[in-house]
Amino acid sequence: MADKESLDNLAKHKKEWEEKILNKVLDKGHERYEKFLTGSNIEVDRMYTELDIQELDYLRDLGFPGDYPYTRGIYPTMYRGRLWTMRQYAGFGTAEESNKRYKFLLSQGQTGLSVAFDLPTQMGYDSGHPLSRGEVGKVGVAIDSLKDMEILFEGIPLDKVSTSMTINAPAAILLAMYISLGEKQGISPDQLSGTIQNDILKEYVARGTYIFPPEPSMRLITNIFEFCSIHMPKWNTISISGYHIREAGATAIQEVAFTLSDGIAYVEAALKAGLAIDDFAPRLSFFFNAHNDLFEEVAKFRAARRLWAKIMKQRFKAQNPKSMMLRFHTQTAGSTLTAQQPDNNIVRVAIQALASVLGGTQSLHTNSRDEALALPAEDSVRIALRTQQIIAYESGVTETIDPLAGSYYIEYLTNTIEQKAQEYIEKIDKLGGAPKAIEKGFMQQEIQNSAYEYQMAVESGRRIVVGVNKFHVEEEPVKGLLRVNPAVGKLQEARIKELKASRDNLAVEAALKELTDCAKTEKNLMPVIIKCVKAYCTLGEICNVLRDVFGEYKASMNI
Amino acid sequence: MTDAKPIRVLIAKPGLDGHDRGAKVVARALRDSGMEVIYTGLRQTPEQIVETAIQEDVQVIGLSILSGAHNFLFPKVMELLNKKNVQDILVIAGGVIPDEDIPLLKEVGIREIFTPGTPTSDIVNFIKNNVKNNVDDEN
Repeated sequence: MADKESLDNLAKHKKEWEEKILNKVLDKGHERYEKFLTGSNIEVDRMYTELDIQELDYLRDLGFPGDYPYTRGIYPTMYRGRLWTMRQYAGFGTAEESNKRYKFLLSQGQTGLSVAFDLPTQMGYDSGHPLSRGEVGKVGVAIDSLKDMEILFEGIPLDKVSTSMTINAPAAILLAMYISLGEKQGISPDQLSGTIQNDILKEYVARGTYIFPPEPSMRLITNIFEFCSIHMPKWNTISISGYHIREAGATAIQEVAFTLSDGIAYVEAALKAGLAIDDFAPRLSFFFNAHNDLFEEVAKFRAARRLWAKIMKQRFKAQNPKSMMLRFHTQTAGSTLTAQQPDNNIVRVAIQALASVLGGTQSLHTNSRDEALALPAEDSVRIALRTQQIIAYESGVTETIDPLAGSYYIEYLTNTIEQKAQEYIEKIDKLGGAPKAIEKGFMQQEIQNSAYEYQMAVESGRRIVVGVNKFHVEEEPVKGLLRVNPAVGKLQEARIKELKASRDNLAVEAALKELTDCAKTEKNLMPVIIKCVKAYCTLGEICNVLRDVFGEYKASMNI
Repeated sequence: MTDAKPIRVLIAKPGLDGHDRGAKVVARALRDSGMEVIYTGLRQTPEQIVETAIQEDVQVIGLSILSGAHNFLFPKVMELLNKKNVQDILVIAGGVIPDEDIPLLKEVGIREIFTPGTPTSDIVNFIKNNVKNNVDDEN
């Protein structure tokens, strides 16, 4: 904090500059816009000085990396010690095809796996279910049973890679499969590292792959927290996700606010279930989006870290510093990719990836240029991964920690985003917390409004999207897009049939019966789900049992 | 001369895909342009969509898929409409749909495919130009 005298002096000189120099230029002509706005509609001043961050107290608000409030990063050495994990989200078709893609990515220097499941798997339907038709293997790999997981990770030792799985409603089942697969490879659960997304609240808000109503869904989540706090110390039990909230149209401020509100709800649910804060909070992880507005995005990551640290320390009285550290994965913004002139997307992704690295991400997925058109082809994925490698090894931004700290603009934006996110969180608290706010459609409505405003700004030309509403060219259709073999559905159906003929069906029935009974009690469901998985119950069979006991969630739709 | 009745549109999400930002933005833009819009919500089967369209007496169905299941699900909707002898509903679609799939989808009767980057005003205009004006019915 600067002293009053020097601030007054600065203010005086600023005023003089405005009168003598600036106004002469402004008198001759306007600036390009009346008002300049960030990507999230924060008004941007002509320039920033110390006057804009007068309240900033270095030790209180920024501190040092690896120390509260973690604004500058969660590790004392950050990328000087170890680079972020380069983790490309991948999966399509059958387990065999996806296994091949994983081995390709690992051979190209990727350092962690990230599994994309197809929609039937995410919705808890087997590949043969009528609702699965046309969807099997399309947006990810089809997993019907432990058999498919065995193929998916064939030749990939689970103690050598960390694996992130984008799975929510059936997260407990996929985690159970991963544990069982580890055991088959001779690796105990405490050696496994990775993440399950397991964030149901944002599914209701933005992503859509929910199955059960909120209450049993929250129980499954807290069951996982408890199970992992005992058996899987290296596992991230949840990835509290702003990514999809942002993709649905939210602003950066809404992304931070709604994600941390969801985080608060999970903490409260776990505390209510009798867990101690420092037993589970260190394994909570986060997942954010990285958009084009470089400085705003960097500020967003810093603001989110500081805000979460304060929430954990002040509101939940966490003692363990690890409980206060917001660790996060980043993915570049799919919604900013254009179908027009798709090579331009390489540049967008590079800016977004740079934002996430300057913001201190722990892991990163860079999108491929062709993703507004189809799943990415192999050469597009390679460029996306190379983008990370160029930032990591050539740009030099990794050599010092939080390099933009102290910039008047960055600190101003960090303060503004934190403050406005905090206001949203208070509003959501008043509505009764995230689950109630979601039930009332509050977050959904806010996001829809932002999405619509953005679209209108593009259509009016107030926002320029290069190649879309300006600088177009006539284009030939893009060739060489990835196509998922339409026969995957049939292949998977045949595989399930074969499985059902060869497994011990009495053991299957017994396990499913035990699951039904357990689901009706308050007991932790993980052990019996593991039993079901090991008996080769299918994902659909397990989810059907849970659907019968828990019921299904029906969303109310407002536009 | 009487004003035309508002055009009634059903925006529908067939399949398991949960991405409905586009569907909701389009729904709102159509509504703001004076149309009556019904949105089905996520995960509708082709059967449910066709049934809703008939019950709600819509003139337009807008289908949205981003999961890649369009080649299966869009023709399925058209087949059911034909089976029910519904020929006067204008069916349009949008989503992540590769150019090379468009001819096949048009062949089964989808009148236009709007791919990413389309201004909502194009969709509004397309509908207004291609739905028969209701003034005739009222006279």
